[in-house]
Amino acid sequence: MNFLEQYNYWIVIILMMSGFYIVIAHGNLIKKLIGLTVFQTSVFILYISMSKVTAGTAPILNEAYKVYSNPLPHVLILTAIVVGIATTALGLALVVRIKEAYGSVEEDLIQEKDLQQEGSE
Amino acid sequence: MIEHLPILQVIIPLLAAPICLILREARLVRWFTFIASALAFVNSILLLQQVQTQGTISYSLGGWVAPIGIEYRIDLLNAYLLILVTSISTLALLAAGPSLRKELSERKETYFYVAYLLCLTGLLGILATGDAFNVFVFLEISSLASYTMIAMGRDRRALWASYQYLIMGTIGATFILIGIGLMYMMTGTLNMYDLAERLPEVQQTKTVFTAFAFFVVGVCLKLALFPLHLWLPNAYAYAPSIATVFLAATATKVAIYVLLRFIFSVYGFEFSFSHLPLQEILVALGLMGVFAASIVAIYQDNVKRLFAYSSVAQIGYMILGLGVGSKTGLTATLLHLFNHALMKGAIFLALAGLIYRVGSVNLKAFSGLGKQMPWTMAAIVVGGLSLIGVPLTVGFVSKWYLVLALLESNWWPIAVLVLIGSLLAVIYVWRIVEVAYFRKAMQDSAPYKEAPLMILIPTWILVLANIYFGIDTGFTVGLSEQIAASLFEVAK
Repeated sequence: MNFLEQYNYWIVIILMMSGFYIVIAHGNLIKKLIGLTVFQTSVFILYISMSKVTAGTAPILNEAYKVYSNPLPHVLILTAIVVGIATTALGLALVVRIKEAYGSVEEDLIQEKDLQQEGSE
Repeated sequence: MIEHLPILQVIIPLLAAPICLILREARLVRWFTFIASALAFVNSILLLQQVQTQGTISYSLGGWVAPIGIEYRIDLLNAYLLILVTSISTLALLAAGPSLRKELSERKETYFYVAYLLCLTGLLGILATGDAFNVFVFLEISSLASYTMIAMGRDRRALWASYQYLIMGTIGATFILIGIGLMYMMTGTLNMYDLAERLPEVQQTKTVFTAFAFFVVGVCLKLALFPLHLWLPNAYAYAPSIATVFLAATATKVAIYVLLRFIFSVYGFEFSFSHLPLQEILVALGLMGVFAASIVAIYQDNVKRLFAYSSVAQIGYMILGLGVGSKTGLTATLLHLFNHALMKGAIFLALAGLIYRVGSVNLKAFSGLGKQMPWTMAAIVVGGLSLIGVPLTVGFVSKWYLVLALLESNWWPIAVLVLIGSLLAVIYVWRIVEVAYFRKAMQDSAPYKEAPLMILIPTWILVLANIYFGIDTGFTVGLSEQIAASLFEVAK
């Protein structure tokens, strides 16, 4: 098996790991959300890759096309994309509120303020 | 009508949610939400009766027959959990009026009920569906709704807790999505029962193992198995009280249901427990969860967070029961699912009443409350005794079965550890009792009045259920044993 033959899966893994790394390593809440989006997007590509049928066309019902890609994963991933958008939107809305309440979008500053608050209680 | 019960179970709260937005008026919305949830409860009782008389119900959505169409499949396990979720949700809504009016601004109340109904829809959907991808979609519906509810807490830390939960929850859900994708890749089906038939053919492939690993880790994040529990304590501590009651009693239980469903019904017991070291992992993590979370709970001053950590410990017991891998062990897990919902429902509802009057759940504020709010404190004490596992409470019944299962498998050292873990619960419950009953009230404050009746009534319904099901174990034990037997039957 050629290393490059399944290059789309390599892209999936690279994207997945970089997204995951950004979520873990960055303290900026917006950057974390960007990482999360990259992480989710990699899964979309995974689903789209698996639906590919060799020498198949797009799934269009027409007598001219005999072999076509499996349309089901496409549909599934449309749903997952919508879920992803909802998550990102909610996450960003939360960041706006956090910025208003804490005056910062940096994880360590927020945690510091929380500790101060707990100490004063 | 009767044959459409499985879908009505999910559709009723789903349709009720947008109607709330049209009604707008907070008081109207409150009763409307309550009625929707009560209808769902009645529906779940009818479903259980139907399952008990006719066996498993299979419902084809839109008339498209499985495996092409989406199938809703209700067996005893689903019906049991549907009753649990809808009953707790209805009781929590009964208390929601006064509690939310105190904790939220009126403009937000309506939106809270909308999020609540959507969360209920998601949880019921996960339970009712027989389609793997549907599980993911409903999981995200319930999660997004619960992030919203948590963020409505009045403390700004609620926002931070909700954000952290959003990040971890989404990673968990994406792991589940990867797992489902890989399963589909190998079998070409998403229907759970079709999956169960086709998976054995491809069992030994790396893809199936990877799918299983991704799926289980994702679900364990959702059910807050130690050490993936980090999102839970703050989320429960700072969410509005009613959201805490609902989520603590139902959300993690539904995640455990997903784990059970996939381990037993989809992958099969043999694959899950023989080919993979799942048993050792579950037992080790379950025990570590019991000890680590109980010890941390002892040092908490915020009582809501104390009980949140105790929830992580109790989840440890459930996972331990599952890890034993015997019928009795599974019975213990199923019993504890139900019983823990009763305990934590009662305790968090009582805390909702306490916040209503006192405004704080810091341990310092509890001094002298034993005399000032006798009914509320008594509810917390009974709930606490149940957490410890004192006889005549439900906690005793599930601990009894857990120890029995461990002894059956000759794992007596672990049985001893479980009993030591219960002693840790004595310490954290005692801390509250000591402050509330043996310390004098602060001089400068006027004595607090008892919590409003609308909160006390549902609290005491749950407290009495704690005692009733601790004495008359027919319903819970009988049903749990039946379910455990049927799950093992499917697995063979």
